Amino acid sequence: MTIATFTIDYHQYLKPDGTLSQPLPKDLDHNALLKLYRLMHLLRVFDGRAINLQRVGKLGTYPGNIGQEAIGAAIGHAMQADDVLVPYYRDCAAQYQRGAPFHKILQYWGGDERGSDFNNAEDFPICVPIAAQSVIASGVAAAIKYRQQKRAVVTTIGEGGTSEGDFYEAMNVAGAWNLPVVFVVNNNQWAISVPRSAQTQTQTIAQKAIATGFSGEQVDGNDIIALHERIRMALDKARNGGGPTLIEAITYRLCDHTTADDANRYRSKEELDMAWQVEPLVRLRAYFTAQTVWDDSKEEALLLECRKEIDKEVDIYLNIKPAPVTDIVDYMYAKWPESLKDQRETLLQFGDSHHD
Amino acid sequence: MTNITLLEAVTQALAYELAHDENVLVFGEDVGLNGGVFRATDGLQKRFGANRVMDTPLAESMIAGLAIGMAAQGLKPVAEFQFMGFSYPALDNILNHAARLRNRTRGRLQCPAVFRMPFGGGIHAPEHHSESTEALYAHIPGLQVVIPSSPARAYGLLLAAIRSPDPVIFLEPKRIYRLVKQDVPDNGVALPLEKAFVLREGSDLTLISWGASMHETQQAAEVLAEEGISAEIIDIASIKPLDTETILCSLNKTGRCVIVHEAAKSGGVGAEIAAQIGEKALFSLLAPIQRVTGYDSTMPYFKLEHSYIPSVARIVHAAKSTVGFS
Repeated sequence: MTIATFTIDYHQYLKPDGTLSQPLPKDLDHNALLKLYRLMHLLRVFDGRAINLQRVGKLGTYPGNIGQEAIGAAIGHAMQADDVLVPYYRDCAAQYQRGAPFHKILQYWGGDERGSDFNNAEDFPICVPIAAQSVIASGVAAAIKYRQQKRAVVTTIGEGGTSEGDFYEAMNVAGAWNLPVVFVVNNNQWAISVPRSAQTQTQTIAQKAIATGFSGEQVDGNDIIALHERIRMALDKARNGGGPTLIEAITYRLCDHTTADDANRYRSKEELDMAWQVEPLVRLRAYFTAQTVWDDSKEEALLLECRKEIDKEVDIYLNIKPAPVTDIVDYMYAKWPESLKDQRETLLQFGDSHHD
Repeated sequence: MTNITLLEAVTQALAYELAHDENVLVFGEDVGLNGGVFRATDGLQKRFGANRVMDTPLAESMIAGLAIGMAAQGLKPVAEFQFMGFSYPALDNILNHAARLRNRTRGRLQCPAVFRMPFGGGIHAPEHHSESTEALYAHIPGLQVVIPSSPARAYGLLLAAIRSPDPVIFLEPKRIYRLVKQDVPDNGVALPLEKAFVLREGSDLTLISWGASMHETQQAAEVLAEEGISAEIIDIASIKPLDTETILCSLNKTGRCVIVHEAAKSGGVGAEIAAQIGEKALFSLLAPIQRVTGYDSTMPYFKLEHSYIPSVARIVHAAKSTVGFS
């Protein structure tokens, strides 16, 4: 006797060769697609610059987005302004679209807390400890539900993070309380050096949602069209009382885990070369070219424009003045406790003494 | 006037804030219809509705995460952990996120959440139900750690905790939940956080404690008084941040001090208090500071827990040797 069954769908619009596997969704016209294409390029240029800045000692450890640009780009574009993003650390394209300029992102990875003080009143800063953002996202969604607002939350995580208890706990309460939250998993196949196959025996990450009472689906994570459409639909569903959705975006981490990592130690060149064949920018360019809306000169002009924009952002970043040393304590509490005022005085007296 | 226990004072404070601020939400395991395992939320769900007083799934880390997400949205969540010994799965969220949210966003987001936990031993409870690990939380920058020891202070401090713009760990000494009753007017008047309370003035030595141990500490002061020793008593109440001014003021007067706490001795909050006195009032001291504490052992199961918890006799013994030191 079977008492429960489930299915996991896989969604794709744009095949690796740039041809469509189904007609374009109606809310995504060529202009919107060009915008997303530009955004992905912008992020790839940014990533290159950020990694270079780290190599020359002008940035701290940085986790690249290369190969995974479509996910953040789609999230940022599909969300409405009053939705809330609770991200992990590979969502620059989403954060950028929601009020975090690239110089702020650099500032964060450059060791300056002010990088997370960007122009968005509600979005969370990136979450470094794995999966805590998932439960926090359910909390934000619970607040939205309590206030009966028509808004939704997107939270992201890597496929490795889905092994954490917090990920399950977050989905469990989201299901139990029918919360307006979309869990997007960036399944880039590698959690630093541990491959997807060693992470979990489950056939799909998407089916982890089934155990918590809502639907999960796989989406081609290198297909910006599919990602955008499925995330948009999940957000609509969430805003309209339909509850949570899990979206497993299948992609590949073409870069190292961070600048402190060397992926050559644990994965083959053949695997990497194959992944470069199916990455998100190549296929969208192939599509545009076939549609005759794109050519080499347009591509060159776009790249030039992206480089200029990132140059400007890097320039802003490199010229940011250091924060006053008292910033170390002044944001710990709404008001620094009277009983600790001697610590602040010591900081004022000696806070600069290492710089001599 | 209402004559109520410490436990009922917690309920009264929660009800007051629920009634006066629609941003206040109370949740945790079994806090709804059941009113919590100690009945701290008794009747609240019936009065304020299941959308404001909620039973959560059984997952402590998630409970903390819910509170952080809600608090960042401007709500004032009051999350209950059934026992302090079960709060540790939530440490990641409390330490890495609640305590840091204001700082790491430079004030763009904040976390006005309260995490309530019954703590301490002495109620014949099973393993893991009797912990006093307040020093874990007190060590973390960004948190406030508050411990009431009377019905009036439970009411006033919990109101203050809920109204605080920063996260508060609110530790409820369950051994004295129902020990005494006190008139606690339901007037919504909060007590200040970060302030210690001088419960009794004295001149020969200062007894410093918090939580359930205040009970034995006060009894010890009575015994000492009968023998002509005048003890000043301070209820620290907010162990983080610490009201050093009140402590030093008393030490400058008495020059002698015994610190009493149920938690293990090494690295306990008593050590921090002793260090503060050593740094700032060394030359007021007429005798070495003494600590009467739990042992550096696991909290024993209940057959032996009363041998672990600081007794009146131990406190009196320490006080006398302190007073007798010359």
